[in-house]
Amino acid sequence: MIELQKVCRTFTVGDQQVAALRDIDLKLDAGEYISIMGPSGSGKSTMLNMLGLLDRPSSGSYLLDGGNVTELNDEQQARVRREKIGFVFQSFHLVPRLTAAQNVELPMILASIPAEERKARVQVLMQNYGLSDRADHKPDQLSGGQRQRVAIARATVMNPTVLLADEPTGNLDRNTGWEVLKLLEGLLENGITLVVVTHDAEIGARAQRQIHMLDGRIVSDESTQNEPK
Amino acid sequence: MKLADTIQFASGSLRGSPTRTLLMMLAMSIGVAAVVVLTALGEGARRYVIDQFSSLGTNLVIVLPGRTETAGIGPGLMSGQTPREITLEDAQALLRSHAVKRFAPLTVGSATLSRDALNREVVVLGSTSDLLEVRHMGIALGRFLPAGDINDATPVCVLGNQMKRELFGNEQAVGQWVRLGDRRFRVIGVLASQGESMGMRTDELVIIPVAAAHQLFNTSGLFRVLIEAKSRDAIEQVVHDAEAIMTERHGGERDVTVITQDAVLQTFDRILTALTMAVGGIAAISLAVAGVLIMNVMLIAVAQRIKEIGLLKALGAPGKQIRHLFFAEAVLLSGIGSVAGLVLGYTGSFIIGQVYPMLPVSPPWWAVLAATMTALGTGILFSVWPARRAAKLDPVAALAGK
Ligand SMILES: Nc1ncnc2c1ncn2[C@@H]1O[C@H](COP(=O)(O)OP(=O)(O)OP(=O)(O)O)[C@@H](O)[C@H]1O
Ligand SMILES: [Mg+2]
Repeated sequence: MIELQKVCRTFTVGDQQVAALRDIDLKLDAGEYISIMGPSGSGKSTMLNMLGLLDRPSSGSYLLDGGNVTELNDEQQARVRREKIGFVFQSFHLVPRLTAAQNVELPMILASIPAEERKARVQVLMQNYGLSDRADHKPDQLSGGQRQRVAIARATVMNPTVLLADEPTGNLDRNTGWEVLKLLEGLLENGITLVVVTHDAEIGARAQRQIHMLDGRIVSDESTQNEPK
Repeated sequence: MKLADTIQFASGSLRGSPTRTLLMMLAMSIGVAAVVVLTALGEGARRYVIDQFSSLGTNLVIVLPGRTETAGIGPGLMSGQTPREITLEDAQALLRSHAVKRFAPLTVGSATLSRDALNREVVVLGSTSDLLEVRHMGIALGRFLPAGDINDATPVCVLGNQMKRELFGNEQAVGQWVRLGDRRFRVIGVLASQGESMGMRTDELVIIPVAAAHQLFNTSGLFRVLIEAKSRDAIEQVVHDAEAIMTERHGGERDVTVITQDAVLQTFDRILTALTMAVGGIAAISLAVAGVLIMNVMLIAVAQRIKEIGLLKALGAPGKQIRHLFFAEAVLLSGIGSVAGLVLGYTGSFIIGQVYPMLPVSPPWWAVLAATMTALGTGILFSVWPARRAAKLDPVAALAGK
């Protein structure tokens, strides 16, 4: 479904070139559960941003469902992000002035979905994620775990095919982290492709496919047969 | 993203930082209000002057003795030599022009007006019955000068409203006798109160037949002749005819000045319109300042909301959409600011109108339109750069707050 071919990403800092990704070849299939691990600065976040079309490769190409998305313009890429990709961030990134429900509604507003349908879908999701009684709360009135659940609801409200999570448990205590992870893994039942970047080997080990990175390269890519949960 | 959602989202962002939003709207509305109030004042002054001129009469042509080349106000007053006077016969000859509807000769002097022990110095106008129409005067009591032979020195007078009050109080004045200098005149009417008009206080006048005035002041020359043209288009003809007739009667010498109310009026109109526009323009500069303020605050907003912009992009908003959101904010800001400014401006104009009732203050429609357009225009124009900057942000860096 997703294929990276010889993708490089170099940043120019001053007059120095920093290579964050070097010649990455990677194929992700629909419904896979992948974890990306590696030391700090190894290029995990850059890889995830690349997969989510937030970043463009310096060289190489990105094929999505057979089409080369590196050639799409800003508006077309935005459309792909809107319809096919969901993001979950370490620091939640909720809009502080909007309520939990409004944050979840946001992607549907951008996608011009009618208000009644938005309300209905938000209600269902809030219910599913146990947030019904927090719908009208602002993010600063929510706990970390609740915030991340709102963020996951927002990432999934458009029914994306790929969910990209960059250290989703990084700002949470252990128990809450596990709960959030269970929630993400639950999405696999709907056939979503889940990519989780993590420092935590225990969390990373839960994925069927584990990718290790070092210095901008994939150093290992192992598939195990262990079932999640 | 739908338009309604865009507007709602933008107004949400504005409400998110109420102090900043209020300050920007205040700047915008003060600018608009300044334009409205200042042009209202200018327009008020213009209308005041025009009203004053119009109250003198319509389609007025004035003939006065002496010749000046300057076409400004008050010619004849500055000529050095004493010119040949205009006589009653000269004035009557003016009726030969078909463009003249009617005329009123005018002799002016001052005399002591007395009744029993009461007396006062007054300005005495000598004229004819047509003065009432030519000069747009009104009669409160009795009647005006009788029509008839222009050379009849009938000893009757019409009192200005204030003269009547000073001499008679609440008593019956019409039919009573008063003295002007050493002559006795019978009061036949009292003028309606008119207030001041172009420096001539009709309330303090006494009007007598022109022949009587000539006897009283022992002259035969007229101060001026007021002519009412048959129509606005006839004014030019009257001017031409009056000059020709007077030149012919004065042995081929052009020794009178003919001015039209229109010419003077147009000069004033031009000057005051230019003044209004200049003042309005200066006020409009404050709108540009408000625009720069909006730009500055928008740039700050882009920096402060950088994570939100990054998030919107990650959620699938293209650059164009981000730009629209900032545009919508600018339009809302300047739109609401303008409306508030208009309310403020009209309220201000109304208050000024209450304080100076003689000034017909009302903001001209073109100034109101220009102010609103300028406000909206600057708001939108000065949001272009911040909006583009926001749209061009790199989503990864924006999410990281960089
Ligand atoms: N915008 C940027 N400008 C310059 N260099 C960058 C930029 N973003 C990332 N890098 C560099 O690219 C490399 C990979 O960064 P990346 O954020 O992908 O690492 P990471 O594996 O996610 O690390 P961490 O575990 O600390 O999040 C690093 O050396 C980093 O310094
Ligand atoms: Mg990272």
